[in-house]
Amino acid sequence: MKKNEKVLLRGSEAIGEAALRAGCRCYFGYPITPQNELPEYMARRMAELPGTVFLQSESELAGINMVYGASATGTRVMTSSSSPGVSLMQEGISYLAACEFPSVIVNIVRGGPGLGNIAPAQSDYFQATRGGGHGDYRCIVLAPAYLQEAVDLTYRAFDLADEYRIPVILIGDGMMGQMMEPVVLPEFRKDLPAKEWAITGAGKGPSRFVRSLLLDVHVEEAHNWKLYRKYQRIERREPQSESYATEDADMVVVAYGTAARIAKGAVRRLRDKGMKVGLFRPITLWPFPSKAVARLAESVGKFLVFEMSMGQMVEDVKLALNGKAEVELYGRPGGVVVTPVELSRILSRRYNAMQHEA
Amino acid sequence: MKGMKKVIGRPKYLKEVPNHYCPGCGHSIIHRLLAEVIEELDIRDRAICIPPCGCAVLAYYYIDVDMVEAAHGRGTAVATGMKRCLPDRVVFTYQGDGDLAAIGTAELIHSANRGESITTIFVNNGVYGMTGGQMAPTTMVGQKTTTTPKGRNSVTDGPPLKMCEFLSPLDGTAFLARTSVHSPKHIQKTKKAIRQAFQTQMNDEGFSMVEILSQCPSNWKLSSVDSCRWIEEGMIPQFPLGVVKQRQTEPS
Amino acid sequence: MIHKAIIAGFGGQGILMMGVTLANAAMREDKQVTYLPTYGAEVRGGTANCTVSVGDEEIASPIASNPDYLVVMNAPSLHKFQSILRKGGHCLVNTSLVHEKSIRQDVKVYEIAASEMAEELGDLRAANMIVLGSFLKISSMVKPETVLEIVDETFRRKSPEVMERNKEALWAGYRFFE
Ligand SMILES: Cc1ncc(C[n+]2csc(CCOP(=O)(O)OP(=O)(O)O)c2C)c(N)n1
Ligand code: SF4
Ligand SMILES: [Mg+2]
Repeated sequence: MKKNEKVLLRGSEAIGEAALRAGCRCYFGYPITPQNELPEYMARRMAELPGTVFLQSESELAGINMVYGASATGTRVMTSSSSPGVSLMQEGISYLAACEFPSVIVNIVRGGPGLGNIAPAQSDYFQATRGGGHGDYRCIVLAPAYLQEAVDLTYRAFDLADEYRIPVILIGDGMMGQMMEPVVLPEFRKDLPAKEWAITGAGKGPSRFVRSLLLDVHVEEAHNWKLYRKYQRIERREPQSESYATEDADMVVVAYGTAARIAKGAVRRLRDKGMKVGLFRPITLWPFPSKAVARLAESVGKFLVFEMSMGQMVEDVKLALNGKAEVELYGRPGGVVVTPVELSRILSRRYNAMQHEA
Repeated sequence: MKGMKKVIGRPKYLKEVPNHYCPGCGHSIIHRLLAEVIEELDIRDRAICIPPCGCAVLAYYYIDVDMVEAAHGRGTAVATGMKRCLPDRVVFTYQGDGDLAAIGTAELIHSANRGESITTIFVNNGVYGMTGGQMAPTTMVGQKTTTTPKGRNSVTDGPPLKMCEFLSPLDGTAFLARTSVHSPKHIQKTKKAIRQAFQTQMNDEGFSMVEILSQCPSNWKLSSVDSCRWIEEGMIPQFPLGVVKQRQTEPS
Repeated sequence: MIHKAIIAGFGGQGILMMGVTLANAAMREDKQVTYLPTYGAEVRGGTANCTVSVGDEEIASPIASNPDYLVVMNAPSLHKFQSILRKGGHCLVNTSLVHEKSIRQDVKVYEIAASEMAEELGDLRAANMIVLGSFLKISSMVKPETVLEIVDETFRRKSPEVMERNKEALWAGYRFFE
């Protein structure tokens, strides 16, 4: 492959290849649809790459703990799964957060709760953005909408994970995993950051340990403060979003990932008909781009949150706007993927109702 | 005195701090043995211990090697991740019976079956020590615990799990032994077994585990002396001691 | 402008391969493109379909709710998709396997007995390439030369023979609507 050459890749392959190029050396995971193409790709590719470890774990629980072990040694490591499997990983993610072990976790979200189905869904938003497991912690959550963005964010995820020593969750869905789009792949990372905290055997120096059991409440409190300050730093520095046709908009649709693509299609249709509708797309779900939304509220009176769930991100939008604008939800749970045509009908109805009231 | 070996005294790699274990607890003996073996094999620089969730969770305060604490039961999965990244280190888990044979059974079996080149120090005291003496998978039939006030009932609770025997048919297991620390003679045998287990790992022969019957006077509600007697009379008939499996590797 | 095509038929007819080839050609021509196959449980029913979107501006949704083109390789696909074809859209039908007519009066229908033609060429499996050739003619989504290039690259290493046969099939389908 030539440098900067476009290649047509499936979403799962794009994510896998970007991870390897980012210096990911270990993959642990357990099969679950609709993300099996990702571990399969890793198994194939890692067999060709010396010094890498691919291991199919006996469960997601084991997998995430293998990630924990590998990360403890300072190695760039990832796992992937889909909703039920990620539920099982929550214990491990909490420990990763507590011990500040960098890691990348891909969740190709499917319809739920329970076994649900394998259709595209966005019902794991709360789980991803609120920590998900026990304790007071956060993970950085990245939500690409395009495959080039999936490549770029996967690549970046490993840097973020190392920089902040934090688990990073990349959220997608079956549609993103299966679809193909041209992407330009980044170069293989060569100089990875040194990790003086890694546990690799004491050598001649003093022995070290990493643990999350902090029985002294003041020590635990101090640790929580330290984590909190880190989270604040991330909230200041890392929010990312895209605004589309929002300059003169009277109504703005808020959507991420696959839903945002559908929404963009719908917004274009409405623009063609002369309706002043725009799109705001969070790229980082945590930290949520609250400031950017709030800024829009200076000129936009109405926000319509479109989610493939019965309303999870809508809470962050409301928190960000804090009453400054009207917020409405259009949620489609269960794995239903509405078409841009359907969505544009719904949007135009709400838009017209709003104009009518005004 | 001339010609006499120093037998008592702190091993080099046992840190000079008072430990939190109850008087007569097997954990403190096992810690000492580990420190001795690590010194004798000269592996302190490359040994990595994965302490459990259990009474031994604070092992990192006592044994002078690098450690990464694991969630309850996940030790062998964490060890797998570490060893795969650092194949030339000596990676061992330290786990209780609840940790290893209840909540962490799946991780254990699969790590053993994959023949992970790791060692597991399995401390079988027949109860959940840390949480206050509830039934463990290795509690004896009839033994009273806080969750089996009338004694373990083999019909409703199942019989005690014999982990060494359970793992021995697996191709990935190279060395499995059950020992005890209730008498000086048995303590020496335990040390030898730990040594063999580490050597198995260093020779890259496969998964190794030493199951150690260990006193928990506090939760057994017995004196130290009676605890040792309980191991001898109560536990050993159910958990026979000895090397359960030692895979003969072809001389290369 | 963005054009969307749904290609549908049985699994094993090379439906997805048609879509990927088309998408690759569009990429080669530096166009915006997305390819979206059906997957998972849906595939188990033995049907396969994919959506290819090609254009000169960013493609928002990879889904086609109102495709401009519909390529049907079997009867169930006609039933499933004909109603969403855009008014004035184009429907390419493999009449070897679809004996019914489209109920739509407001679309342009193209018929080709691709399986019979493929048999004449000596390889029944080449039917998908014949239809792809026809599609290139009626759609002008991408240039046939670019598709030939892609077919060349895809098959040359595997089997030069299959490559030649596929190219032949492609041209046969293309010329059919000249
Ligand atoms: C997921 C989870 N469940 C329960 C616990 C509580 N817990 C801590 S240690 C332990 C059992 C300890 O028993 P054992 O493994 O036999 O070790 P011992 O203390 O006897 O050495 C339990 C249930 C926990 N830490 N995590
Ligand atoms: S409770 Fe039992 S196992 Fe725990 S320290 Fe005390 S004696 Fe040892
Ligand atoms: Mg115990």
